[in-house]
Amino acid sequence: MSTARAVVVGASHAGAQLVASLRQEGWSGEIVLVGDESVLPYQRPPLSKAYLAGKCSLKELAIRSEDFYAKQDIKRVAATVKEIDRSAAELVLGTGDRLAYDALALCTGAHPRRLRAEGADLDGVHYLRRSSDVERIREDTIPGRNAVIVGGGYIGLETAASLRALGLHVTVLEAADRVLERVSAPEVSTFFTRVHEHEGVDVRNNASVEALVGDRRVQGVVLASGESVPADLVIIGIGIEPSTELAEAAGLVVADGILIDAQARTSDPTIVAAGDCTSQDVPRYGRRIRLESVPSAVEQAKVAAATICERDKVIAALPWFWSDQYDLKLQIAGLNTGYDDVVLSGDPTRDHDFTCYYLRQGELVAADCVNRPRDFMTSKRLLAQRAAVDVAALTAKVAV
Amino acid sequence: MAAVTFVSHDGEKCEAPLDEGCSLMQVATNNAIAGIDGDCGGEAACGTCHVIVDPTWADKVGPSGPEEEEMLSMNPERQATSRLSCQIKVSESWDGLTVQLPEFQM
Repeated sequence: MSTARAVVVGASHAGAQLVASLRQEGWSGEIVLVGDESVLPYQRPPLSKAYLAGKCSLKELAIRSEDFYAKQDIKRVAATVKEIDRSAAELVLGTGDRLAYDALALCTGAHPRRLRAEGADLDGVHYLRRSSDVERIREDTIPGRNAVIVGGGYIGLETAASLRALGLHVTVLEAADRVLERVSAPEVSTFFTRVHEHEGVDVRNNASVEALVGDRRVQGVVLASGESVPADLVIIGIGIEPSTELAEAAGLVVADGILIDAQARTSDPTIVAAGDCTSQDVPRYGRRIRLESVPSAVEQAKVAAATICERDKVIAALPWFWSDQYDLKLQIAGLNTGYDDVVLSGDPTRDHDFTCYYLRQGELVAADCVNRPRDFMTSKRLLAQRAAVDVAALTAKVAV
Repeated sequence: MAAVTFVSHDGEKCEAPLDEGCSLMQVATNNAIAGIDGDCGGEAACGTCHVIVDPTWADKVGPSGPEEEEMLSMNPERQATSRLSCQIKVSESWDGLTVQLPEFQM
């Protein structure tokens, strides 16, 4: 049994996976998981869905049970980290205590981008990232009230679906000319707009927020057009920013995320990083990417743990994502960056299931699959193999 | 205590307690069973918690649902009693349950 100590900073998906993988890879020394939430590491995706809807408890969302950490001899510490003292190989905790490490992993995650508008700090204005955020939102979700969601991305749309189901009036304000503009083709945006409107959500495109108004508590949202939308609560979902302050202060290279290599090493090869806080150069995409995805966080964490244990694993970086809204399951394989063509299987203007394949120079780069798990699994495999794709055959096969 | 046995692709056996109300995937991840990833946390979205239920237990455990079936249908290691373990709610009355793990989770 080694006396070496591995410390993992950040206790969400990446951190929780990393500590588990360290044991699997044979780390026999001490493992300390430092997180600034006192609860067990929990699944974040259900926060905007089942947890917001009150359909499950935080305990049910635990990634692993209390028992697991005990049996695997993983110590959890609830604390913030103020500083990484690289020369001493120690962390300075918020309490002032110092924690020495022999191996260090940063899984500091991301935080919601703040809305810069007057009134953004009024009561009733929320962000959605942590379980405590949702618990506050739930206090405001009274049927019949007006909810305004700023941002028509996945978080915004998932939240809209959940709040509709709770009986609120919901307006989604999207600054771009369509929802999901950053991540999907116009056909997919049109589909989700149609579904949300059918469910009674007021979806407004080209709607920039000028100010939030109210006395102490928010009462309305004023748009750049001058129009005012009544609001009893506002949820802001305009993206996330990687939490890199700690790494930056320690002198690690940060470029839209803590820069890591294929083995999850930071610019200091003795420190690894994983999850939403990282960015990496991926040859396949010919550029630097920062992924906001649970599966990617989990994959990077597995590789980071292997690197700490001096085993050779590399990040495949074949990202995939999913989003649930109403009875729709959207599964996305790959990254559609730089696509030059789109092929549809099914009709998103009419059907309740379809797949949108993204091609770049004839190569499949991504697929958005709505209620089409089979297409998703096929696409995932094709992307992994980088197999030549006969699109006509793909669409014909699934049309049966 | 009621227990389930996970048998890895190369025949290694690992036992874990059956906690009533948990999914079989949670049982596996809570007990550090290698070979069950459960990347999506139990939403039948990723297909990385594939198990093959011992045929003598197939009736008790039950068949896969339609969505689960689609996720499994493209899997080259798929067998008649394949399930996604996140979709199986375990019962303490299943003492002795045995499931096989595939070589790869995809």
